[in-house]
Amino acid sequence: MARAVTNRRKALNTLVAWSVGLLIFFPILWTILTSFKTEAQAINDPPLFLFFDWTLENYAVVQERSDYMRFLWNSVIIAGGSTVIGIIIAVPAAWSMAFVPSKRTKDILLWMLSTKMLPAVGVLYPIYLLFIELGLLDTRIGLTIVLMLINLPIIVWMLYTYFKEIPGEILEAARMDGAALKEEILYILTPMAVPGIASTLLLNIILAWNEAFWTLNLTAAKAAPLTAFIASYSSPEGLFYAKLSAASTMAIAPILILGWFSQKQLVRGLTFGAVK
Amino acid sequence: MATQHSRSAARIMMAPAVVLLLGWMLIPLTMTLYFSFKKFLPLRGGDLGWVGFDNYVRFVSSSAFWPSVQTTLIIVGGVLVITVMLGVLLAILLDQPLWGQGIVRILVIAPFFVMPTVSALVWKNMFMDPVNGLFAHLWKFFGAQPVEWLSDAPLFSIILIVSWQWLPFATLILLTAIQSLDSEQLEASEMDGAPPLARFGFIILPHLSRAITIVVLIQTIFLLAVFAEIFVTTQGSFGTRTLTYLIFQRVLESQNVGLGSAGGVYAIILANIVAIFLMRIVGKNLDS
Repeated sequence: MARAVTNRRKALNTLVAWSVGLLIFFPILWTILTSFKTEAQAINDPPLFLFFDWTLENYAVVQERSDYMRFLWNSVIIAGGSTVIGIIIAVPAAWSMAFVPSKRTKDILLWMLSTKMLPAVGVLYPIYLLFIELGLLDTRIGLTIVLMLINLPIIVWMLYTYFKEIPGEILEAARMDGAALKEEILYILTPMAVPGIASTLLLNIILAWNEAFWTLNLTAAKAAPLTAFIASYSSPEGLFYAKLSAASTMAIAPILILGWFSQKQLVRGLTFGAVK
Repeated sequence: MATQHSRSAARIMMAPAVVLLLGWMLIPLTMTLYFSFKKFLPLRGGDLGWVGFDNYVRFVSSSAFWPSVQTTLIIVGGVLVITVMLGVLLAILLDQPLWGQGIVRILVIAPFFVMPTVSALVWKNMFMDPVNGLFAHLWKFFGAQPVEWLSDAPLFSIILIVSWQWLPFATLILLTAIQSLDSEQLEASEMDGAPPLARFGFIILPHLSRAITIVVLIQTIFLLAVFAEIFVTTQGSFGTRTLTYLIFQRVLESQNVGLGSAGGVYAIILANIVAIFLMRIVGKNLDS
């Protein structure tokens, strides 16, 4: 950008952009602030912004009353587990499609994507029934499998677009030098693929953590992750704003932090490489 | 360059992913199709035999069907219009030189990472509650009567919540697309004296058209499936029952599986119509 920009214009841009940014961020900020208030301060009229007695009490109460750590642990297991299993299954598939493409590779990729478009509600009862029959209802393993399957197409696609960027010449050179398939993968591809795999991991943990159709419909008390735990605040507990805020803040904080690291992968992962 | 050996190895490496996804697609889909031709009420007699296309006809002729289609269209359309229009404006704004660009971008993107149940509950209770919500305080401050958002303006409220969640996605993708715009082209037009509006209409917007199409298609697929936001706010009452929510109620709440499955087949067909367009664009991109 060689355009000369006056400082005045830049200042104006900054002012507008920051105002809009803060406006969009406000609900999150407000939730975080409210989580440090007492219940009375949380519904005070006029609303209190910064000048109130900051307290950590809500966090202690939420943990004590609802066994928050159990739901958190469920979320960690389900989101982490489904992502890791998905990547283990997807890496070989994406590798072979990126480096040994055949005539059908494109069709297979598009078909995989099409399974992602299947509306969950259309297969709700079959999955529900299978879960009952197999004893998977309200279990972490059942939910892990389902979330792995719904995110598998995205994982394959993301890995595929990353692997595609690894220059093929390096592989050919390795083959000329007599590297076997196993060595090729272990010593050449893996190191080059690690950043892509890490990005895929990050984005899919976020997607699985926030998934709120299957987690709501296939769990009850035992295997419920944070999405379902928060939904249980619907009413009347939800009217205790400070506690609702504390529970919400704890549920979104880890993902907000991970999310900030994954902005660029978000675009690539969710547009299936169509926008880079 | 691929040898026979590496070809068969490639097939084996692909197998687990392909087999799993094939099973994930075919088994439930076959079951849904199977149930859709049956009178099946798990709590009231179970499998009551084949009924042909009865469920399909009944699902469409039930009094809840057309309102749910209308609700779905209003929510999807409303969110699309809001997120795309504001997304374009925000993307242009964030592309301008400004101080603290990185931080502003983080602020704008943040809502996308909030889980749907949290954003729905926070909006419902802390903003839209007619007694203690922030909007109620604001309205009272200006001497107005607080609004019962979720019962008086239920669709608007849900559109607002869902738009807040998806605006970051649209903004981020459009921003990525704008940043790939050749800045020399813009400079040249600026020197030729093209006014900002003309630059926007003739250079920026055409350049963004592909990204906008992608945003619209991807969001449509996700928006057709909006569930948690309705589940924790209105539970489908006050005219907020979308097609997705209607099917959910038929299947799990009233346990009319045959009827719900027929609805499910309609939803699958609908989603596939949108998906075909998306796949074409993505597929074209694969070739290049």
